[in-house]
Amino acid sequence: MLTFSEICCGYDRVPVLQDISFSAQPGLLTGLVGINGCGKTTLLKTAAGLIAPCGGKILLGGQPVSGLKRKEFAQRVSYLPQNRPVPEISVELLAEHGRFPHLGFSRTLTDRDHAAVERALQLSGADKLRQRSVSRLSGGERQRAYLAMLLAQDTDVLLLDEPTAFLDIAQQFSLLELLRKLASQGKTILVVLHELAMAMKFCDRLAVLHDGRLAGFGPPEELWQQGIIDRTFGIVSRRVQNENETGFLFSPETH
Amino acid sequence: MNILQRSSGRKCSANKPMQRWFFPALLLIFLGACLFSLLAGSTRLNLPDAVRAALQGNTGDPACRILLHVRLPRTLASVLSGSALAVSGVLLQAALGNPLAAPNLIGVNAGAGFAAVLLLTAFPSLSGAVPFAAFAGALGASLLIFALAAGTGARRSTILLAGVAVSSILTAGINALKTLFPDQLFNANTFLIGGFSGVSLRNLSPAWILIAAGLLSAALSARETDLLTLGDETAAGLGLNVPLTRFFLLMAASCLAGAAVSFSGLIGFVGLLVPHIARRFTGCRHRLLIPASALLGAALVLVCDTLSRVLFAPYELPVGILLSLLGGPFFLFLLLHKKSGRET
Repeated sequence: MLTFSEICCGYDRVPVLQDISFSAQPGLLTGLVGINGCGKTTLLKTAAGLIAPCGGKILLGGQPVSGLKRKEFAQRVSYLPQNRPVPEISVELLAEHGRFPHLGFSRTLTDRDHAAVERALQLSGADKLRQRSVSRLSGGERQRAYLAMLLAQDTDVLLLDEPTAFLDIAQQFSLLELLRKLASQGKTILVVLHELAMAMKFCDRLAVLHDGRLAGFGPPEELWQQGIIDRTFGIVSRRVQNENETGFLFSPETH
Repeated sequence: MNILQRSSGRKCSANKPMQRWFFPALLLIFLGACLFSLLAGSTRLNLPDAVRAALQGNTGDPACRILLHVRLPRTLASVLSGSALAVSGVLLQAALGNPLAAPNLIGVNAGAGFAAVLLLTAFPSLSGAVPFAAFAGALGASLLIFALAAGTGARRSTILLAGVAVSSILTAGINALKTLFPDQLFNANTFLIGGFSGVSLRNLSPAWILIAAGLLSAALSARETDLLTLGDETAAGLGLNVPLTRFFLLMAASCLAGAAVSFSGLIGFVGLLVPHIARRFTGCRHRLLIPASALLGAALVLVCDTLSRVLFAPYELPVGILLSLLGGPFFLFLLLHKKSGRET
């Protein structure tokens, strides 16, 4: 479980977010949502240890992460940033890099590492892409390749920053279904999502950020009923239901 | 082009397994280049006779003297300089995420050149200390650039820009000294162009240790260097201490290039050209790229130095000129070949 306890974070000692407290639990897909510039990425980077919080604590399984060494942390938490250069390496090699926190001094992969890479490639659906260059994959294939790297890292907690960006609708569905499947296997997943409809549909819990604070945390349905979604995004949302599933329609506040 | 499509800019054959013949062929080319360097020159050498005379302690034999005092030091100097500059280029291109990064970009050449020129101006009688001054200048310039960039978290772009600025200032310093003190700096051109004429085993003595240590460090940090090419945040997410790794690689690259220019002068193009050629065969895995670049760099400098001795014998063309003459067009060929899509 990843717990944010009264977290304050920002850049150059200027806080972007204050007093953020919630827990991302194992087995659940937790989404971070909010309008542009609300601090979703900042909070995720803080959780990943890339930015030091200016206040509060982040706890991993009840223990403060500040006591963990860099590699120990990477053995328990993996992080996929949104912006990254595309290396001209094969998908298999990218997945192998995921084993870095587990490698010894010789930096060579053991049988256990190779088995973890193979599992990750299969689970992410990137096994058929293994010999292809990451730079020549489509957006969806590339996300799967990076997911293979994250899964090879074999951590309990996964942090992903807008993994559905630049993906078409079918690829977004496919990726989020995969994240749900991973969550159902006991992983703790915290994901920044830009597409509100997708976040409402797929996430078990949502943390809604607004005006530098946590506007709400809970199941999407509850947040919608409390009007938090509408107030935060300045929209009017409507729930639609058919025989099998529930969805949300959004329209501008002025209509 | 969206952010996901942003490429690291280096050409790698990621989806093509490296040909098995590559390393044996490279080793043969390297050994052939060594032999060419030992045999060829303004005086043709009978190598078996020269080796026999050397083993018998017959140091008065002309062939033995040429071998021990001219050809062997030059061959060793070419091997050390070529491998050091090529691996320095590999490390810099990975650490700075820029395919155009080369030792001269982070101030190594300008620092070495300025220190050498300053020494020759202030203490003309201490010309024997030029290699030491050049190494100190190269390392000093690199440290200055890193210290300037450290204030911003040692980001790649800041290091690059600081390198360009410091190099520009030091180059202006070199030109100012050459203009103000033309008599004292009459011989400085040999160092500034780069070459191995007059190199002795004694010149190589402190430098070879640094080069060996630099090559070993580069080989041992191949996995970390691989991770840097994934981007700072991804690498940090995998548990890599990015600023420390970048600093270590830059210092290793500076030591390699500084040690090389201390006895070879300001040889250019090797650090830029060789990694690009080697990557076409090995891909971006630094475990393969580093040894391949070391061998290829050594072979290239060996061949160019030998050609510089034999093309206009008994006159000698400084190897720095030949490397630029051959390297420039070849680099352009690589660029245009890549752009036209006819990639190997």
